[in-house]
Amino acid sequence: MTIDYSEKIPNNVGLAENRTLQRALEQWQPEFQSWWADMGPEGSKGFDVYLRTAVSVDPKGWAHFDYVKMPDYRWGIFLAPAEPERKVNFGAHQGEAAWQEVPGEYRSNLRRLIVTQGDTEPASVEQQRHLGLTAPSLYDLRNLFQVNVEEGRHLWAMVYLLQAYFGRDGREEAEALLERRSGDADNPRILGAFNEKTPDWLSFFMFTYFTDRDGKYQLASLAESGFDPLARTCRFMLTEEAHHMFVGESGVGRVIQRTCEVMNQLKTDDPAKIRAAGVIDLPTIQRYLNFHFSVTMDLFGADVSSNAATFYTTGLKGRFDETKIGDDHKLVGATYPVLEVRDGRLVSVEVPALNALNEKLRDDYIRDATAGVERWNRIIEKAGIPVRLSVPHKAFHRKIGPLAAVHVDPTGNVVDDATWARNERAWLPSAEDRAFVSSLMGRVTEPGRFAGWIAPPARGINNQSVDFEYVRFG
Amino acid sequence: MTTAATDVVRQHLIDPEICIRCNTCEESCPIDAITHDERNYVVNPGKCDNCNVCIAPCPTGAIDSWRQVAKVEMYSIEEQLKWDSLPPQRELADAEGASELPPEVERIVAAASAGQGGASPPPWSAAHPYVNLYPAAKPAVATVSGNFRLTGDGASSDIRHIVLDFGQAAFPVLEGQTIGILPPGTDAQGRPHHPRLYSVASPREGERPRYNNLALTVKRVDEDHEGRPVKGVASNFLCDLAKGDTVNVIGPYGTSFLMPNHPGANLLMVCTGTGSAPMRAMTERRRRRIPLKEGGSLMLFFGARAPEELPYFGPLMKLPKDFIDINFAFSRVPGEPKCYVQDRIRERAADVAKLVADPNTFVYICGLKGMEEGVAQALADACREQGLDWDAMLPTLRAQGRYHLETY
Repeated sequence: MTIDYSEKIPNNVGLAENRTLQRALEQWQPEFQSWWADMGPEGSKGFDVYLRTAVSVDPKGWAHFDYVKMPDYRWGIFLAPAEPERKVNFGAHQGEAAWQEVPGEYRSNLRRLIVTQGDTEPASVEQQRHLGLTAPSLYDLRNLFQVNVEEGRHLWAMVYLLQAYFGRDGREEAEALLERRSGDADNPRILGAFNEKTPDWLSFFMFTYFTDRDGKYQLASLAESGFDPLARTCRFMLTEEAHHMFVGESGVGRVIQRTCEVMNQLKTDDPAKIRAAGVIDLPTIQRYLNFHFSVTMDLFGADVSSNAATFYTTGLKGRFDETKIGDDHKLVGATYPVLEVRDGRLVSVEVPALNALNEKLRDDYIRDATAGVERWNRIIEKAGIPVRLSVPHKAFHRKIGPLAAVHVDPTGNVVDDATWARNERAWLPSAEDRAFVSSLMGRVTEPGRFAGWIAPPARGINNQSVDFEYVRFG
Repeated sequence: MTTAATDVVRQHLIDPEICIRCNTCEESCPIDAITHDERNYVVNPGKCDNCNVCIAPCPTGAIDSWRQVAKVEMYSIEEQLKWDSLPPQRELADAEGASELPPEVERIVAAASAGQGGASPPPWSAAHPYVNLYPAAKPAVATVSGNFRLTGDGASSDIRHIVLDFGQAAFPVLEGQTIGILPPGTDAQGRPHHPRLYSVASPREGERPRYNNLALTVKRVDEDHEGRPVKGVASNFLCDLAKGDTVNVIGPYGTSFLMPNHPGANLLMVCTGTGSAPMRAMTERRRRRIPLKEGGSLMLFFGARAPEELPYFGPLMKLPKDFIDINFAFSRVPGEPKCYVQDRIRERAADVAKLVADPNTFVYICGLKGMEEGVAQALADACREQGLDWDAMLPTLRAQGRYHLETY
């Protein structure tokens, strides 16, 4: 197979001149395409989709909009422009020139970080592969495909690093990224949340809002890395990640808005009547929120983690906005509060800040995620409905770390098994909730029309109208 | 004329109800004009220069929000940070200023009138213009009722006189106003093409009196300012139109480059190439009113490479000498020295200075950007020769709406 590199794979990494990388990619690309055919969006072959394709890294070049025939999207490889004289900005190597090659002693840790990040990208494509069949509008179908192709591109970005900098090990890891499968009992994806199902569009919106936001924080921390190619790769990925969170935030917002409209029309807050009218009641939305928030909490890893300390000290993974923080960037003697269970209660204890970096990132994330929930509340408030959504306590429904050993309710009280069992249906989506939401899902393909459970967006994509034909079926 | 029109600006804002606070705009802004707090992302009105680099990267479209505001009442960062939603468009004192021009149109207009020192008021006796009746989202559809080549067969440029008929759609224009053409299709980025502006070449009551039509003077663009080959999207689209084809038109625009209407008003017109369009409109308006004997004189300086390259050369030659004083300047006639409009102005210094000194005279300059300096210098020289101080006169001329310049 011959590849016209600059045209077929838009890139700014000198692919046309790099024979080794070309050979590795030539082998990997057909495997990727076969993975995409098996595990990418179901039944999308031949669709013309109005997509944004990154063709260069300047603000104009990475927002190139046009119809793309699936699956001919051009997955490019881009690094954010190099920062001249960039330094390692934290940890033991602070002040040294940023590394352009992998430091031998950190090779395996760096590879592990890249593989863990890379694994989430194809995982979410797999999780979302059936959603196209029940898209509530062409606009939403287009957004789903945009998210999918960009997750695919993020996989390419990580594979590029593995192949360009990690030799044979890297090539093997790149192949393994295509072999694991989300939810597979024998060969699952690495992180828990990425083995959950995304069975309906409310889950999809919650996933892109909460779980992709974890992606934002992980990428932002890796964008501080002393390993410059990783930092630049992640910096550019962040620009695309924003679209995914937009899909989530506006998606949930539009569901809420539609529900509020129907509540006001019917003058009721009775979930049964609201459901009978074909929209999703606010308590169900709250339960979905609780689920996705708590599953995402676990993605940040153990509250106290020596691995996190190592990654930081060795300059591999920084904090969110590391260079904007005004401290020594070594965390000498600093402490940070984490939660512990003592005498059946949650208590805050100070631990060395180096060991609490996961917790710090989790807290940064919570602030960001909570602000968006407040914006959803403004929609409800505007409709004059006295209900507020809220994020649950960070210890709620955890499966990783010491907090996994206890049950914590959404307000942060440790509860016994019986209380948990009695209330679980009020706190987390039940099988009935999921069945109800599923029952609403049905494909709408007429331009400008939207399923009854979701409001149209305020604006179209790329200044196009809302009734623009975002997807043309082949 | 109040000063409101010139003091109204189009303020760039971010819609807090649509924005997801992803930081993409702040990251992409080349001059750090965007900032944020825990609540909102906002645009610094003192810094933003409307370069629009942030528009495409924004995943939500929230960044593409604008309000027309009086310059002294621009929303400060502090105000914007408190918003839950964008404020409604304020009522402005001056209705003309309140019309929200598309950003590309505003940029073109600002660049075109930069040479006269920014926006200036229209002549006191100008008719009230309608502006922005048709935005890009809802253009008027015009039908081509004529497309004629104006330049001779041997000419290097293809300049055309194109007549557009608006059928039953109201599209009122005044001489000197411009309209926007939306070329069909999309650019390399997959976006609709930017509108291109053209000066109306016909008088207000139509190319053919009492018909709902207007004329444009369009030169087929086949090279850029540096002479590199490039195919102008809109000009080629327009020049290739056949009778019966339809065109999407936006506008009209222009509240300043308008002609005076009072009896006895003089027009001093300087143009090159297709810069003749507004001059033709004004001249034709005055020609049709000759029987009314309203007085006032017309003086025209018109430059081109050669007679066959000069649009409307034939019709101009037929105009009565006592109606209009025409001065041609040709820069590429074999065997003759190069002559530019500024040379002709200097030759006619006495008459030019006399005319400019008359408070009933209104000056119009239209053509390529390169002519600006030379013409201004020639006018200054002509005045000095007659003992007048052009530099001292210019601010008055501008303030009185008597000096209008449009270059591209």
